[in-house]
Amino acid sequence: MADFLLELLSEEIPARMQAKARADLERLFVAQMDEAGLKASGITVYSTPRRLALIAKDLPAQTEAVSEESKGPPEAAPDQAVDGFCRKNGVTRDQLEVRDVKGRPTYFAVINKPGQDTKEVLAAAIPAMIKAFPWPKSMRWGDQSQSTESLRWVRPLSGIVAILGDDLVACEIDGVTSGCETVGHRFHHDGMITIGNAGDYAEKLRACHVLVDHEERQNIVRDGAAKAALDAGLELVADEGLVIENAGLTEWPVPLLGSFDPAFLDVPEEVIQLTARVNQKYFVVHDKSGNLAPNFICTANIDAFDGGKAIVAGNEKVLTARLADAKFFWELDQKTPLEDHAKKLSNIVFHEKLGTVADKVERVAKLAEWLVSLEGNGFYQSSPGDTLHGEVSEAARLCKADLVTEMVGEFPDLQGLMGGYYAEKQGKSQAVANAIRDHYKPVGQGDEVPTDPVTVAVSLADKLDTIAAFFYEDMPPTGSKDPFALRRAALGVIALIQESNLRLPLTHALTLAIAYLGRILGADAAQKVNEYLSAMEAIGLDVSQEDFDKAKEAALRPYISDEGKADLVHKRMRPAVSAILDFFADRLKVQQREAGVRHDLIDAVFSLGGEDDLVRLLARVKALQAFVETGDGENLLAGYKRASNILKKEGNETGEVTYAPEPAETALINALNTAEPKASEAIEAEDFEGAMAALALLRAPIDAFFDTVTVNDDDPAKRAARLGLLARIRDAIHKVADFSKIEG
Amino acid sequence: MTNKKPLSFQQIILKLHEYWGERGCSILQPYDLEMGAGTFHPATTLRALGPDPWNAAFAQPCRRPTDGRYGENPNRLQHYYQYQVVLKPSPPDIQQLYLDSLTAIGIDPMLHDIRFVEDDWESPTLGAWGLGWEVWCDGMEVTQFTYFQQMGGFDCKPVAGELTYGLERLAMYIQGVDSVYDLDYNGNGVSYGDIFLENEKQMSEWNFEVADTYTLFEAFKMATKECEQCLEKKLPLPAYEQAIKASHVFNLLQARGVISVQERASYMGQVRDLAKGSCEAYMAKNGWTA
Repeated sequence: MADFLLELLSEEIPARMQAKARADLERLFVAQMDEAGLKASGITVYSTPRRLALIAKDLPAQTEAVSEESKGPPEAAPDQAVDGFCRKNGVTRDQLEVRDVKGRPTYFAVINKPGQDTKEVLAAAIPAMIKAFPWPKSMRWGDQSQSTESLRWVRPLSGIVAILGDDLVACEIDGVTSGCETVGHRFHHDGMITIGNAGDYAEKLRACHVLVDHEERQNIVRDGAAKAALDAGLELVADEGLVIENAGLTEWPVPLLGSFDPAFLDVPEEVIQLTARVNQKYFVVHDKSGNLAPNFICTANIDAFDGGKAIVAGNEKVLTARLADAKFFWELDQKTPLEDHAKKLSNIVFHEKLGTVADKVERVAKLAEWLVSLEGNGFYQSSPGDTLHGEVSEAARLCKADLVTEMVGEFPDLQGLMGGYYAEKQGKSQAVANAIRDHYKPVGQGDEVPTDPVTVAVSLADKLDTIAAFFYEDMPPTGSKDPFALRRAALGVIALIQESNLRLPLTHALTLAIAYLGRILGADAAQKVNEYLSAMEAIGLDVSQEDFDKAKEAALRPYISDEGKADLVHKRMRPAVSAILDFFADRLKVQQREAGVRHDLIDAVFSLGGEDDLVRLLARVKALQAFVETGDGENLLAGYKRASNILKKEGNETGEVTYAPEPAETALINALNTAEPKASEAIEAEDFEGAMAALALLRAPIDAFFDTVTVNDDDPAKRAARLGLLARIRDAIHKVADFSKIEG
Repeated sequence: MTNKKPLSFQQIILKLHEYWGERGCSILQPYDLEMGAGTFHPATTLRALGPDPWNAAFAQPCRRPTDGRYGENPNRLQHYYQYQVVLKPSPPDIQQLYLDSLTAIGIDPMLHDIRFVEDDWESPTLGAWGLGWEVWCDGMEVTQFTYFQQMGGFDCKPVAGELTYGLERLAMYIQGVDSVYDLDYNGNGVSYGDIFLENEKQMSEWNFEVADTYTLFEAFKMATKECEQCLEKKLPLPAYEQAIKASHVFNLLQARGVISVQERASYMGQVRDLAKGSCEAYMAKNGWTA
């Protein structure tokens, strides 16, 4: 048994790739060992910017000896066949054994593979692992790159340390040979370090200012940054992503506190934080009252002999330049009103088939205005001319204006946020500023869901427009591909509607959204004309003005009249809206799964058709779920299934009761007479619990009916009447939900 | 560094010439055409192609019209200098060579935090890409370090290592000044501002406000046409010069704000075609295959 150390030395490995590289190294190693039948008692992997390391504990010195045998041709087979079998197995004829197989003497080749030295296995495994290493991006370098077949690595591979026990595992790949020597810290240690074995590796490196264990470095960054803040009476704004990144950029991390001119605090906190984090990988800190402090924490990779003074001074200068840029953008952007910024949106293409961002903004504004004036929505009370209507209209028309500001150009993540700030500075109402800021929300599960009425309107309109537009142009998400993030938009719509209990008929909203797209059809017409012209040119025909006019008219005929336009929209609108509703049903199932709502119950309600009000739909689903989980519900479901199975088998006969009904039959008829109108009334009043309660009344009579009455009576009149009764049960239950979709 | 007077701007260039000259580089002079980056210099782009070894170093003035700030921003210029080193094939000790060059111009790696931070390089207009880093000195990007993998759409065989030092940034760092215009240019009383401030003011005005866009559009067309003519005549070097010109005219048009987002891709595609065509012709002229 011996421990094995592998270190792959490299020029600086990107921090973001290190975690996966460690996992890949372990996986590839285990696969190689498995193949040889070797097993370590434990494997540890490490990474620094300059090395990947793996330590495997207790590898056996040899692989186990194995004996393999393979059955060959019968002894009587022609020589050719026997020779072929020998060649295949690498043996000579006299090494073959003859055994009896069902009375026939048959050749067998027995190949004994002796145990192999683990060292040899490793010597072959290391180059194989290196060759197979799945870096997200890799490169060639140096003399050997004369050939494009030369070794690829994330950055030049500069050395291999491979030691089993105390012995070198000698191997070579593309000119890089293994050894026992490695390098220490780039600046703290000159020359090579000789490693004795896996046991002294980490400590020898530590002595040369390299902490090979990434977790140890992460702890130093995390704790050191917190302490540097605390020592200055401040509090670190925790950021685990930055901890990992800084640990991946250093072999000897030293967190240092710096400061910047408090005058920059005029710039929004988010901008400062983003500049510091994204561009410089600095932590930011809060003062005791939770406000951003004019300080930052950087992580150096050396113990500088002046204690880091020069490093801090340099970093302060860099951050100052960055913040000066941000402040410049902040002030410059404010010199132009958002209304003027918004005009430039006509230069930005939203999608080649869907016009510019300015076109989109106009559609969003119209849809948002419609949303707030929709009657009976239970949330908005607005009409053209009132404050809410005015605010929605303004917020929608300005919501994308910040996309053309300098600040958002520099930091795209700040879209929305900057628009909100600029709106406030420009004296817009808080509701308008909030809507501009938050209209992208919610972004993904767990994000805050806006409830401010103006924000809800703009956010919904934006998302509905996007979904409607891409479905209309037949670009829905497929499989894992959702390039326009339509799934996220749909989840956002669902969350917004639920959070505010907004009663929104989706079909109507989507139909309108598509109608607003109509304007874009002009582009289709132009394309038709272009196609015509190039077709004429292709066959070498000169196109006179007269010809052109005629062709134009023909090409445009479906487009030029409003009627034609309407026809085309209509033709594509129906399938799009229906596809979108199915899409919403799927999204709703995904979203409700987390809330513990059963997807089969959503199907049971959706499949009734005609339900596009998500609030009502969910209320119905929830009442249904509560009901089917009670004893009454379970039994009713059982009764329903029995009834519908019989109907499926026996067909939909029906007949009048012309005979003396049995008591249970009478009871069921009476129960249905009571329950049916009750359920209908309750549903009309959106009292779904009431509807369920009405159905529950049927449970006992149905049970009694099945217990005492024979449906399949010899008397055809009785049979028909009873089947008719079962159909009534089914139809009554279907008023509430399609129970056939319910599982269990 | 604290004891001695820091190097002046011109001394930094001279030191780098001396350093890389001693290490086998041919010291070239700047190329006499406007270009956005030292990488456009034929000594980088074209010499990165083919099997022949090539080691060169030079300072190259770079023009980025959209970065002009009328001389009012202490860090941004529409005209500045890059120091380029091209080493082909990339030597195994290239990182150490580079670090030693920093020491040579007065940056002590035991006092300053020098880091290689991932930064992959791609130039759609040159049909080129490479992997490497931006080198940070105390958080400031001072050099772009790239191993070229492709140029003009061709695999680099062998790979060249390219070092691009931002000279003004480095000098500001070494001299400890906060504005580029305060840089000591010659160690004898002349500042960077004395030489370039007025240039920044006038050129910013011209780039953003004055440059005649009709003339520029025509110049773009002419450069394109001339490049194509050179390619037909199998003259890759003059063809490539026209590609450089077209690229710069395109940058000027961008600064004038007359190229829409939609058109931008198309113009970049045209420049790329010229540059790639020149690279192809250069390969063919030398008898090299992909």
